[in-house]
Amino acid sequence: MQQVLARPMVALNDVTMAFGDFVAVEGVNIDVADGEFLAVVGPTGCGKSTILNAIAGLLEPRKGEVHIDGRRVSGVQRNVGYLFQQDALLPWKTALENIELGLQFRGMSSEERRARSLEWLAKVGLKHFGDRYPHQLSGGQRKRVQMAQALIIDPSVILMDEPFSALDIHTRHLMQNELLRLWHERPRAVVLITHDLEEAIALGDRVIVLAAGPRSRVIDSFPIELDRPRDVAEIKLHPKFTELYRRIWASLRGEVEKSYARHE
Amino acid sequence: MNERIVQLLLLTVLLGGWQIAAVTGTIDRFFFPAPADIAVQVWRWITDPSFYRHVGVTVGETALGYLLGTASGIACGIWLGLSPKAARVLDPFIKAFNAIPRVVLAPIFVLWFGLGWGSKIALAATLVFFITFFNAIQGVREVNPAVLANARILGADSAALLRHVYFPAAASWILSSLRTSVGFAVVGAIIGEYLGASAGLGYLIAQAEGNFNSVAVFAGISVLAVFVLAVDKMLDVLENALITWRPSTQSGSVRT
Ligand SMILES: Nc1ncnc2c1ncn2[C@@H]1O[C@H](COP(=O)(O)OP(=O)(O)O)[C@@H](O)[C@H]1O
Ligand SMILES: [Mg+2]
Repeated sequence: MQQVLARPMVALNDVTMAFGDFVAVEGVNIDVADGEFLAVVGPTGCGKSTILNAIAGLLEPRKGEVHIDGRRVSGVQRNVGYLFQQDALLPWKTALENIELGLQFRGMSSEERRARSLEWLAKVGLKHFGDRYPHQLSGGQRKRVQMAQALIIDPSVILMDEPFSALDIHTRHLMQNELLRLWHERPRAVVLITHDLEEAIALGDRVIVLAAGPRSRVIDSFPIELDRPRDVAEIKLHPKFTELYRRIWASLRGEVEKSYARHE
Repeated sequence: MNERIVQLLLLTVLLGGWQIAAVTGTIDRFFFPAPADIAVQVWRWITDPSFYRHVGVTVGETALGYLLGTASGIACGIWLGLSPKAARVLDPFIKAFNAIPRVVLAPIFVLWFGLGWGSKIALAATLVFFITFFNAIQGVREVNPAVLANARILGADSAALLRHVYFPAAASWILSSLRTSVGFAVVGAIIGEYLGASAGLGYLIAQAEGNFNSVAVFAGISVLAVFVLAVDKMLDVLENALITWRPSTQSGSVRT
């Protein structure tokens, strides 16, 4: 009977994350199906990044277990693509050298990985920027390189930590559409963290809301039944979008206010 | 261009004034020999083949001391930068060694390694070691944690992290310390020669001093200055060739 049910690609079972005595998140349960785009929202400092780092294996849970594709996560995972909020490109490598890094670490021959990274460079629209160093690229171009770098290894899970928060609104829309296009090409489990509720609804299949920290947990989950493919700028005008926004904000708002009250 | 002219003008006024003061007897030529006499001495040296034996000895000692000091400084710095535990354990020892004025080690090195090259190389290496060492530690510790996490998730093992993340991150710190260290390597070699040797620029200066020949002392100092400037220029070229990725802002350097 259990064999018949589709196994989630990412599963957090009763996960508690703590730093010393400080319990950031407690008893978190999250399942992400293969091909599902999950968006996570919550007030600043509630533990979103911490949860993502637990999935990536960068942090060990104090309690509970994380599984990816049925295998328990312990130590840094090789089958995830991680899009960091900060600039995480290696500044001493060119765009192309950055993109091919994952393949290089996997021991692929230099001709083969060069060919594959040139493909990805073109795919993210940077055909003529391969020999630029990160500091010679704009913020949006750096994000594109990071995207290609994370996706070239064809990970089974994509993790994103507020990937577009540093970009201006137009670049952000462009990048969000780009991301959706790449994801449609090859759908897989995505966990996107954001503090931007519009972004969460526009991109996600489901939005979950985390409580204000400490001891944060999942308090709500909303399926996003908007048609795909979506255009992120246009979908915000859809009546269903506004309706979802209102409902999720009603849930999130209280947590944001609590979070402010605790930190001000 | 304008600044060049001002610089040349300043130099002319300085040397000219000095020359006039020396010739007219305003200052004592015994303590402050005239620039013209110094120039004559320098010329006599550089046209004398045996002078180059002394230069060769100093260059050799400097280079060996420099290589030994920087290599061990980089290795120890990266090791301790990567291992906070070892760094904590060794910290008081490092501080104690670093607190010793290196010059007082010179006589001890002469006792240990003799009057030949050994004691000079040891002194130059000791002077250089700490500069490179502290810069390498700093370079490794300043690695951006996001870059590090990214490389690990992309699949880097520890050897790959060292090669692709730690080493390049530390490189700009190390390179700027390599510049500073050259001067110290020269100082180490010269002091060693000065205290006891049979060849080298330091030996020449010591000998001239023994004969109360201040002209030769000043000439030796001038040769040394040109020597250090030439090496510094070479490193400048090397640094620009090696670090192509850096934005125009220069990173700092720890100096001891
Ligand atoms: N390395 C750490 N040591 C101690 N506390 C931490 C550490 N990382 C995060 N925290 C704390 O855990 C909480 C959650 O952090 P984080 O996951 O970064 O929040 P979010 O990403 O939701 O803004 C915060 O209160 C933060 O101060
Ligand atoms: Mg965060």
